[in-house]
Amino acid sequence: MNENIILLEQVNKNYQQLAALQNINLKLAAGEVLGLFGHNGAGKTTMMKLILGIVKAGSGKVSVFGVDPQNKKAWSSRKKIGYLPENVSFYDQLTGFEVLTYFARLKSADKKQVPQLLEKVGLSFAENRPVKTYSKGMRQRLGLAQAFLGDPKLLLLDEPTVGLDPTATKEFYNSVDQLKSNGASIILCSHILPGIEQHIDRAMILSGGKSVALGTLSTLRNIAQLPVLIKTQGIDDALQQNKNLAGFMIDQNHLQVPESEKINVIRELMSFKKLTDLQVETPTLAQIYQYFLGNNKIDTKQEKPL
Amino acid sequence: MNPIWAVALKEFQDGVRNRWFISITCIFALLAIGLSYYGSVASGQITPPSLSTTIASLSSLSVFIIPLIALLLCYDSFVGEQESGTLLLLLTYPVSHTQLLLGKFIGQGSIITLATIIGFGSAAILLGFSTNFASVLPAFALFILTASLLGLSFVGLAYIISLSVTEKSKAAGMALILWLFFVLIFDLGLLAILIGIEDGVTQQGLVQLMLFNPADLFRLINLAALDSGDVNGVLAVAINSDYSVSSLLLMMLAWVVSPLLFALFIFSKKSI
Repeated sequence: MNENIILLEQVNKNYQQLAALQNINLKLAAGEVLGLFGHNGAGKTTMMKLILGIVKAGSGKVSVFGVDPQNKKAWSSRKKIGYLPENVSFYDQLTGFEVLTYFARLKSADKKQVPQLLEKVGLSFAENRPVKTYSKGMRQRLGLAQAFLGDPKLLLLDEPTVGLDPTATKEFYNSVDQLKSNGASIILCSHILPGIEQHIDRAMILSGGKSVALGTLSTLRNIAQLPVLIKTQGIDDALQQNKNLAGFMIDQNHLQVPESEKINVIRELMSFKKLTDLQVETPTLAQIYQYFLGNNKIDTKQEKPL
Repeated sequence: MNPIWAVALKEFQDGVRNRWFISITCIFALLAIGLSYYGSVASGQITPPSLSTTIASLSSLSVFIIPLIALLLCYDSFVGEQESGTLLLLLTYPVSHTQLLLGKFIGQGSIITLATIIGFGSAAILLGFSTNFASVLPAFALFILTASLLGLSFVGLAYIISLSVTEKSKAAGMALILWLFFVLIFDLGLLAILIGIEDGVTQQGLVQLMLFNPADLFRLINLAALDSGDVNGVLAVAINSDYSVSSLLLMMLAWVVSPLLFALFIFSKKSI
């Protein structure tokens, strides 16, 4: 078996005139979590559909668990894949328990998993109520339970935390970490950037069907060269007089420092006796995301609106 | 569990849950019982009608109702799931297009078939008690068999509609047009040819044209088995044809299988 769970090589996909994906290369190893980001219509969902074998690539090589997902041989591997679509709306007239039982049957998953998963996503209290009475967050949790059915080795989650309250979001990320430690590969597609950083190994940023960035967060940080923001307290006057520091100042108690200078600047600051507080803000995922998208504005403008 | 059975079970349970099953059964039973006891009142007699009159009037009514019920039951089978997004999800499961289609067909087909058997069957038993079983049972057996086949063929036609459109409301409209075409417009067309064009079609040609309509086939089979005295209209000309009942039944079976195959073809080409 191939050690790469997912392998995409030079993948292109067009919908009529619209180039949905262009020259996508990706390798995803077992136990790796990839964050997939991009604006609406950037090709995130298309990429997931390609991996799931629902749409066929225009050109290039797609391989999941070592086989082309369009191939008949890929049938057996589908049991190992969990997918959460972007808009989940289940059979309204069925109860949560019945919906999950149905999907468990289709996936030949153990029936004992159904109550366990409902418990895990916190839906046990409503398992005998029809889905039409569920709130948005409850439907989302049911969708997650559905994706966790079987023992998935590959999870594709499209906007998994939409509609979830903070507690449920935290529990969701706990499940992600747990699945990852069991060796599952996960692709997380999300617009809600805060909170996702510590759970992903690598990030891919798509824009207009092209991959504009792919790598670990620290690699992306290095490429982006985004400055670190340092806030000080109690030494406003002294800062302006310090030749080493004055150049970085953007406000009387704000410093904007390149990543490489961060430690030197902090050392310098620590020597001030009057310093009462110090806040260091490294660039967030959201800022990195903005940086890479900003670089590709010309590309995105050429894209036709969907 | 084989995915086909999982899908079939779900569809069947859906049909029971939303009262389709019980209401179809009741409609069929009421129709059959009503016609077999009071059918002759309309013609001014008070005695119970003959068996052939009963079957003749049952066929003429069922030919309208059964296709309508089948289309109503199944028109949203795929487009409904597509709208709610579950079709996309199902296709990421280890379920092939064929399995999904067959599962739905078995589930929803059994709703119609069982309702036909129970609904018309109960009427046959009641009628059997008041007359004699020896003549009632064979006539009703053929009727129930063809009624089920008629229902199943329109299930397949409903799937074609459901798979070719992307909106539920459009599917409903198309289902209505399809129904109107097969139960009314087609026959009107035949009549027009018969009357309007002198020597336009031979009797044999007419029967052959009727093979293109499952609803006409259904009437043809049932009426051909009766005394022709109770039959009038276009069919009276047609029933004296040299097609045997079994070959007509095979034609009906073809009308069940071919829409399904066509639906499967559309399904495999469909982009979700």
